[in-house]
Amino acid sequence: MALIEIRNLAKAFGTVKAVDDVTLDIGSGEFITLLGPSGSGKTTVLRMIAGFEDPDAGSISLAGEDITHLPPFDRDVNTVFQDYALFPHMTIQENVEYGLRTRKVPKVERAKQALDAIASVKLEQTADRLPHQLSGGQRQRIALARALVLRPRVLLLDEPLGALDRQLREEMQIELKKIQRDAGITFIFVTHDQEEAMRMSDRIVVFNEGKVEQVGTPQDVYNKPATRFVAGFLGAANILSGEDAKKIFGKSKTVSIRPERMRLQPSNSKISNDESSVSAVVQEAAFVGANTVYIVETEFGFRLNVSKTNTELLGQDKSFAAGDRVLVVWHNSQAAEIPA
Amino acid sequence: MLRISRLTKAILIAIVGFLLIFMYTPLFVLILNSFNESQISGWPIESFSTKWWAFAKDYQPIRDALLNSVLVATGAMIIASILGTLFAFAMKGFDFFGKSTVNILIVLPIALPGIVTGVAFSNTYSNFLSPAGINLGYFGMIVAHATFCIVMVFNNVFARLKRMNPSLQEASADLGAGLWQTFRLVTFPQFRTSFAAGALLAFALSFDEVVVTIFTAPPGVDTLPLWILKEVGRPNQASVVNVVATVVILLSLIPVYVSQRLARAQEEER
Repeated sequence: MALIEIRNLAKAFGTVKAVDDVTLDIGSGEFITLLGPSGSGKTTVLRMIAGFEDPDAGSISLAGEDITHLPPFDRDVNTVFQDYALFPHMTIQENVEYGLRTRKVPKVERAKQALDAIASVKLEQTADRLPHQLSGGQRQRIALARALVLRPRVLLLDEPLGALDRQLREEMQIELKKIQRDAGITFIFVTHDQEEAMRMSDRIVVFNEGKVEQVGTPQDVYNKPATRFVAGFLGAANILSGEDAKKIFGKSKTVSIRPERMRLQPSNSKISNDESSVSAVVQEAAFVGANTVYIVETEFGFRLNVSKTNTELLGQDKSFAAGDRVLVVWHNSQAAEIPA
Repeated sequence: MLRISRLTKAILIAIVGFLLIFMYTPLFVLILNSFNESQISGWPIESFSTKWWAFAKDYQPIRDALLNSVLVATGAMIIASILGTLFAFAMKGFDFFGKSTVNILIVLPIALPGIVTGVAFSNTYSNFLSPAGINLGYFGMIVAHATFCIVMVFNNVFARLKRMNPSLQEASADLGAGLWQTFRLVTFPQFRTSFAAGALLAFALSFDEVVVTIFTAPPGVDTLPLWILKEVGRPNQASVVNVVATVVILLSLIPVYVSQRLARAQEEER
């Protein structure tokens, strides 16, 4: 049995269907990410699990118990807020003690647990300070400590790394993942950053316009996108459909091929049996550090993006330039057909 | 910072200085005269003494009036604090039909001329409630004061609630706190400074009110401003009146000053 079972969940704000018939099972100890653009319903689903929004329809159960309409304070889940929501008038220690205080843990015991939690995020020296005296990254860790000290079965994280700069964000991604593994707590993580989602998650749930587009491991979602939206949202994709697809594959279907799974060859070269190709002219070759990104126009008129990792030694680069006639080649297994 | 020439600066300082002298000389003269030895205020003051202060301290009508003023202002402040805060929460937390009208109705009493409020309350008490057997008396005066004091608390608390981060209350509930616990531990501490500032202003506003008091004070009951109004016509009481007026100035200014300091402290908190 899944730890959390979400069944046909729906929520509208006015006439806008924020969440539309979402069904999802989340396993114990899983790191699952709700991924989607802003307004796709991912945060609303999280807020309904936390109890901040009351669903219009459907149900949520936690360990077999129906929690759909329980108030937030009666649920064994805790939240790390996007803006951290530390209480500005309380010291860091008082903030972390807060949940223990509402659970009536004796004073000495709760101070001990809070200090342990603060130490576990390496911020012992800040216990007596006020939140506004801490940096964004430090507040983030305290928000985490405040939730984790209660040892919830499920931790909800609402874009917790959104306000951090890039380097700090990558450090925290690794640390969060480690904390989750060590504590064995189920993490439900909301983000709009597809790279973050793939880096951290056991499974990704892709949201669009209030609906779940696909659920799967990062590899599944990236390599076998279930919909056009998923193919376009996670990474770059060449999506061929209709007439364009017919000219290449002989029948009309929708196919997604990642730019890095295609390569360019001289136009007169050979390809192997399990590969396909189309001849094209290079329109643009852009050097972007680790990769070179080519935009080519095929003989059928549509354009493709092809990306090449720059592994050659300096001066030995046999790259193509704008105007070159080339063959765009890919292994047949790399063409992912998208169910209509 | 705006750069201005020395001449302009000097002129500006002169204007400000003139305005301050213009505004505060009368108050200063009044306070000095409260230490005038002579029975009648005059200038220059020939000899200083605390004679009238000593007289006022033991003079029963003044002691009664001071007690009344403090009681009325405290009562009005308490009523205004509770109702003003409740209003602020209602206006912040809910959308309902006629919300902007209600907002205006809360603010209106401070804009109404005191004489209108006074007549209205006086009529209501003597023409409706008394015939029905309800005599509010002293409490009626407090209620009348509270009507225009509510807005002080409401404005302060409402402004603060609007700036409050809504996820704080969610975080509190998320960490297991019930509604009352969240209010006590998270919400109230967030607006208590504004609340105190508003309450002090309400106290000051009620303390020096005279027009509404004239119409609603029960027979024989004087507040300090009312006592001054009655005595100022009698020439040989002038110096005692100055003493009482000085007390009214102090008891009105101190709450306003503290209230300003609280507001500033709160600015710095964020």
